[in-house]
Amino acid sequence: MAQVESMAHSMARPDWRARFARQSEAIIIPLSALVLGLAGFALFLFVQGKSPVQFFQLVWLGGFGTGFSWQNTLSRAAPLLLAGLCVAIPARLGLVVIGGEGAIVMGGVAAGAAAIVLSGLWAPFGIVAMAAAGALAGALWIGAVGALRHWRGVNETISSLLLAYIAIALMNHLVEGPLRDPASLNKPSTPTIDAALAVGKMPWPNVHWGRLTGVFACILTWILLERTAWGFAARMAGSNLRAAQVQGLPVGALILGFTAFAGCLAGLAGYFEVAAVHGSANASLAAGYGYSGILVAFLARHNPLAIIPVALLLAGFEASSGLLQRRMGLPDASVLVLQGFVFVAILASEAVYGRLRLFSPERWSRA
Amino acid sequence: MSFLPDGHLSSVAIAMLGGAVRVSTPFLFVSLGECLTEKSGRINLGLEGTLIFGAMSGYAVAFMTGSAWAGVGAAALAGAAFGLVHGLLCSLPRVNDIAIGIALMLFGMGLAFYFGKGFIQPVAPTLPSINLGWWSDSPQLRSALRINALFLLGIVLALGMAWMVRATRIGLIIRTVGDSSDAARALGFRLVLVRVASTSAGGALSGIAGAYLSLYYPGSWNEGISSGQGLMAVALVIFARWNPVGCVWAALLFGAAGALGPALQSVGITQGYYLFFAAPYLLTLGVLIATSSPNRSMSGAPGELSITR
Amino acid sequence: MRPSSRLLTPTRRLFLQSTAAVTGLAALGSLPAGKAHAANVTVGFIYVGPKDDFGYNQAHAEGAAAVRSIPGVTIIEEENVAETVDVQNTMESMIQFDGASLIFPTSFGYFDPHILTVAQRHPDVRFQHCGGLWSADRHPENVGSYFGYIGMGQYLNGIAAGHATRSKRIGFVAAKPIPQVLLNINSFLLGARSVDPEIICQVIFTGEWSMSVREAEATNALADQGCDVITCHVDGPKVVMETAAARDCFVCGYHADQSALAPEKYLTGAEWNWAQVYTSMVTAHLAGEAIPNFVRGGLADDFIKMSPFGPAVTESAQGQIADTKAKILAGGYAVIQGPLNDNKGNQIAAAGQNFEETDVALESMDYLVEGVIGSIS
Repeated sequence: MAQVESMAHSMARPDWRARFARQSEAIIIPLSALVLGLAGFALFLFVQGKSPVQFFQLVWLGGFGTGFSWQNTLSRAAPLLLAGLCVAIPARLGLVVIGGEGAIVMGGVAAGAAAIVLSGLWAPFGIVAMAAAGALAGALWIGAVGALRHWRGVNETISSLLLAYIAIALMNHLVEGPLRDPASLNKPSTPTIDAALAVGKMPWPNVHWGRLTGVFACILTWILLERTAWGFAARMAGSNLRAAQVQGLPVGALILGFTAFAGCLAGLAGYFEVAAVHGSANASLAAGYGYSGILVAFLARHNPLAIIPVALLLAGFEASSGLLQRRMGLPDASVLVLQGFVFVAILASEAVYGRLRLFSPERWSRA
Repeated sequence: MSFLPDGHLSSVAIAMLGGAVRVSTPFLFVSLGECLTEKSGRINLGLEGTLIFGAMSGYAVAFMTGSAWAGVGAAALAGAAFGLVHGLLCSLPRVNDIAIGIALMLFGMGLAFYFGKGFIQPVAPTLPSINLGWWSDSPQLRSALRINALFLLGIVLALGMAWMVRATRIGLIIRTVGDSSDAARALGFRLVLVRVASTSAGGALSGIAGAYLSLYYPGSWNEGISSGQGLMAVALVIFARWNPVGCVWAALLFGAAGALGPALQSVGITQGYYLFFAAPYLLTLGVLIATSSPNRSMSGAPGELSITR
Repeated sequence: MRPSSRLLTPTRRLFLQSTAAVTGLAALGSLPAGKAHAANVTVGFIYVGPKDDFGYNQAHAEGAAAVRSIPGVTIIEEENVAETVDVQNTMESMIQFDGASLIFPTSFGYFDPHILTVAQRHPDVRFQHCGGLWSADRHPENVGSYFGYIGMGQYLNGIAAGHATRSKRIGFVAAKPIPQVLLNINSFLLGARSVDPEIICQVIFTGEWSMSVREAEATNALADQGCDVITCHVDGPKVVMETAAARDCFVCGYHADQSALAPEKYLTGAEWNWAQVYTSMVTAHLAGEAIPNFVRGGLADDFIKMSPFGPAVTESAQGQIADTKAKILAGGYAVIQGPLNDNKGNQIAAAGQNFEETDVALESMDYLVEGVIGSIS
């Protein structure tokens, strides 16, 4: 026993440094790329005679500089967490699902419709049932993408995109037709949910509890993917689905389970929009969170934990948009341009991994 | 369609024909662009951004020079530049083409809206149309057959691209590069060059698609000018099974289905219009489900394509 | 230039009568240095789309631009703000960073729950919302709603259309079947029918406030059906105007002046006159007077105005429009006059029953009148 321990000890030292080198690579490279992207945008502004210094001051102030800025950023980041997971989970199987928007919208509509039935019932039951309705609708929506892929061989990228458009049309049809509350007048919506069904706010920051769910979902998903047999099987299958099938992995169950779980989370995002933000389901559900989620997931390299900082970064940029318009007279699209610079730089920085001797484990093991 | 009153069936049919001709052109160009890119083994999900930037730059240049065709040229150049950036970045090791596409989509949209603010108000010259309906007495049919030169150019381009891919050495090189990097390397083809060039050419076509939107139909620049034409390109290419001539049919079908909603309302079928607006998407999905098979990879799919493996 | 009209006087009186003027001037003390002066107020404007869309948002932005010249007023603006948590953050940010004490979130969808939520947190800031139905028992004191009787403008548009149409078919491209839009469609047709009762109006709903290609397709579909005068209610009418003119149809404008887009084909247009409205509200706010919580106004109050006539409007049309306008200005004019049925045959107004422009019942309209081809679901 003591022998094993001393062996472990003697191995641990170089290992620790090597692992540290590798891990710092995963942090330093994207951070450098971030700086590079920001520098690119600074140049873009400078060429037009705008002050990059003021720009960065405002981005900092608007996104992260004050308590309110954090609240602003966090409230924008939350739907991106769940939307990002909706892309990252199927990605473990090598599936590129880009239609999370559809599951968000369907989740919201289902929650709004369920609230009509649940009105007046025992509140804890009502809240759970309403959330379940949203999650189920999302699970069915993206699960259908998985089912089509598995049983009919329909490409999941395309079917999810098409289903997103179909979901938005269906949502509009329902909230302006069968589910419309006549009192919603100029903003056709489902009836306002009971106050007892609404999701409240946290004491601080002034954002609702649903925001925390996104963080939990990221952690839970990380555990699922990294620490369970399912996650392991998914990683095996992910590199080559066809080969995995031949090897006897339960590919069908994996595809259905993962897509449905992904959709379930997106559906929850829709549920929170209804239960915590809008108070009813309406066309504002299609706010583009599903599409932002694609970018979040890819930037996080489909790592559920990395989704959290990436979503915060994206949301922080967006939170500063207002100040940029008001103080610098920049068009609202300047945040899009900034995101373009930064994200292209970060994504392109993938090429540098393993190229720099500074981060090479061998270098540190040998030392 | 027995619920249609007499005479309305032909009216809807003509409207769909007109819609197909008017609405399909951007879908045709952008799907041809995507098709060429995918033939070389890359996917560009960012064509929506390229298309929107093409629409803006085309409109801006047309306004500044007074020539709509100069606008088309500028849009093609801008699109090629976006394609070039996509192609070069994705040539770096481990860089994911789907992710870069989405980031460039944001970038293209951002730049277009950023620089496009000043061009929402001015009125730029629009592209002329060719009147192919001169023989008809029906104003509806005459209008439906008012065709833009870009539409015809798109069809010629599709036929030409089909021929190029099938019968020329360049086509062979693109196909080989798209099907198997190893084989292409063994044959001494320059992978990076072929893919960058294909992506760039695909971008140019997407830029033209945008110019059609801003310079012909609807013929105006605003931030809502595209309704997802560029995103849909990926779907249409799979729908067309990577066959350029198939892209023509896919685009026409998509355009015609898109005209269904307004046309039905105009003849008095007014209920459930949102569902009619979803017709193009439902139709595409339906055909995909009907024609796919779980047991084989999609016929015609380039082997190196990340999303179909 | 007409002298200030009938309804403005009671409005003005309301400004003066209102109880203790609690404005957010105190909040200015906490402003970043250089921003605050003792008598300064910061007024925020929030738009749902680009502020140069030739339409809804441009009309509001032109109103904001007029306010800019009032001494002591600082204007801050944000465009393309979604009707989600985004707009809550934008309002909050205008208050926290710029010390805004009066905010105009101009899109209908901003009201419930977004304005109501933020207004609760900031009782010292005034929120003025366009289009909403503020009611004392349900909504906070520091929120107000205002809107204009623009249906009257569409009624006058309809008269111009009624004189111009040869086919007796006129067309309407509409975004969504909501009360504000339905009133415009009905008014447009009834205006045309006051010229010729045989005219019918075809409506096509695009389902989106801003979607160029579908708006163009809808316009073409209307032209295909023989409609020869077309108007619309979408956020940016540019595409409809240009497409209709290219199909040789006459057009009537909406929201803002679009005559430059189709100089030959433009008849007239129903425009907002927010410059006047915003100037009076901001002036009152600056003076420490309370703005009434529920404000409505029409042609007589300079809330709306008509575009100058285009070259195709005949003298007889101009004459009838002038006569009708005079009746509207005199007050009590009703577009929805009984007996009137909706287009499904249900009676909506019995003989002798009139809905004047000021009737709040019109703001929850859920029908299309007889003669309109279209359905609301």
